[in-house]
Amino acid sequence: MTYAVELKDVSVKYGKIPALKNVSIQIAEGAFLGIIGPNGGGKTTLLKVILGLIEPEAGEINVFGHPHNQMVDRIGYVPQISNFDRDFPISVLDVVLMARLGGRVRFFHQYQKEDLKKAEAVLDQLNLLHLKDRQIGKLSGGQLQRVLIARGLAVEPEILLLDEPTANVDASSTSQIYELLKNLNQDRTIIVATHDMAAVSSYFDTLACLNEKLYHHGDKRLDQETTEQVFGCPVDLIAHGHPHHVFAPHGEEENND
Amino acid sequence: MIDAILNYQFMQNAFFAAILASTACGLIGTIIVEKKLVMLSGGIAHTSFGGIGLGYLLNIEPIYGAFGFAVAASLAIASIRRKIGTGSDTLIGMFWSLGMALGVLFIGFTPGYPPDISSYLFGDILTVRRMDVWLMAALTVFMILAISSLFNYWKAYLFDEEFLRVLGVKSSLLENFLFVMIALAIVILIRVVGIVLVIALLTAPPAAARLYTDDLKKIMGLAIIFGLIFSFSGLTFSYYYDLPSGAVIIITAALFYFGSVIIKKKNTAIQ
Repeated sequence: MTYAVELKDVSVKYGKIPALKNVSIQIAEGAFLGIIGPNGGGKTTLLKVILGLIEPEAGEINVFGHPHNQMVDRIGYVPQISNFDRDFPISVLDVVLMARLGGRVRFFHQYQKEDLKKAEAVLDQLNLLHLKDRQIGKLSGGQLQRVLIARGLAVEPEILLLDEPTANVDASSTSQIYELLKNLNQDRTIIVATHDMAAVSSYFDTLACLNEKLYHHGDKRLDQETTEQVFGCPVDLIAHGHPHHVFAPHGEEENND
Repeated sequence: MIDAILNYQFMQNAFFAAILASTACGLIGTIIVEKKLVMLSGGIAHTSFGGIGLGYLLNIEPIYGAFGFAVAASLAIASIRRKIGTGSDTLIGMFWSLGMALGVLFIGFTPGYPPDISSYLFGDILTVRRMDVWLMAALTVFMILAISSLFNYWKAYLFDEEFLRVLGVKSSLLENFLFVMIALAIVILIRVVGIVLVIALLTAPPAAARLYTDDLKKIMGLAIIFGLIFSFSGLTFSYYYDLPSGAVIIITAALFYFGSVIIKKKNTAIQ
């Protein structure tokens, strides 16, 4: 069976600091996978490795059974919203059109009619069409997040990767975004990196717990033992709406005694 | 002054220099400001002083020396920056003064009377020669072509370079190209406002233009127009009152920018 994404023993180091250690994971086509773990646990790194933005030190990454760098046009990417300069003079439509640039630099490139149609269709699907001429700084956090999702979709990907899609949005936008993703999941594989524990139980099909190493992959019901390993401290799993509620001393502090 | 432009070659040169400099600073300045490369550009500009010194020492045209140094410095900064990550502040500072130091040293080695370097440091639009105008024109045309033919890519690069890489576009190529263009822009502007003042002319027009529009293309267009206003005011003052043109250009630009900010504040407060 070919998987949508398959990682074999992938390790990544930033200088001497390991970010991922021997991570192997098989993600089935059509999955709705949540990658959870603490900040700095390697979630973003894992996504960037799949996208080919970071060269792994060791290991192999396949997308639909082929080496991932041949498959870039099959993957859509929604980066963290905090990476953006919201003052940048660009309109919503232009952000989404970026996805239609293609992988090769062509001189005197102009967007074609079908590019425009595709971009507008995606914006319409996400209820953003009325905002298409607006500069991105004049959007709410939830709207900008959806614009970035629209851009990821305009690539027409079979796999959509999202990095912390609800980090900067309020609670109602959060559920709106997960409803949207659930919908999009009907015809594509979706992988979400998040530290938002509240979303865990309700939306994802499968979970992966990542903190440098991959601790768990599969069923979305987590036991206390796994989360303690991953987060380095006990995490309140039933805290719906209250992400990452810590109620016992931190593991590392105990080691320092 | 119009008579003078029609009749005297030095005024014609100044006239064309003003137009070319405004175009270059409108296009590249906008990119520099939006990509937050202002200090880096300052570093490249000051490094080019080393080239001017070397030009005097080797008895070649100083502006060619500046050209070589600026391009070499920008490519060196680009590649070192990629290796050490975002902490390029120190690196830029180092290049900044190293270039100046080399320039002073080379000029010290130059036999005979020390040359007058103030026109390179602070610019003098009335001393621009026909040869400078041709060089400026060639570089400006190249820049216009490079930016307009790849405009969609530049826009994407400025906004989200990582996404371009995800699409499979080699953004490091664009980056190197951009850095070379910054070097070219600086060479174009050296004769007009000089190494020390170049940064204000690169940043004030696009920063002011940004206050009036949210569209990248329009910012570039407006920045060129603002650049023209500043350059011609410098030319006028320096022709009639014998004031240093570089300084007048920069002061007009700065006043205009601060004025725009205040007007903009007032307008938004009323709304």
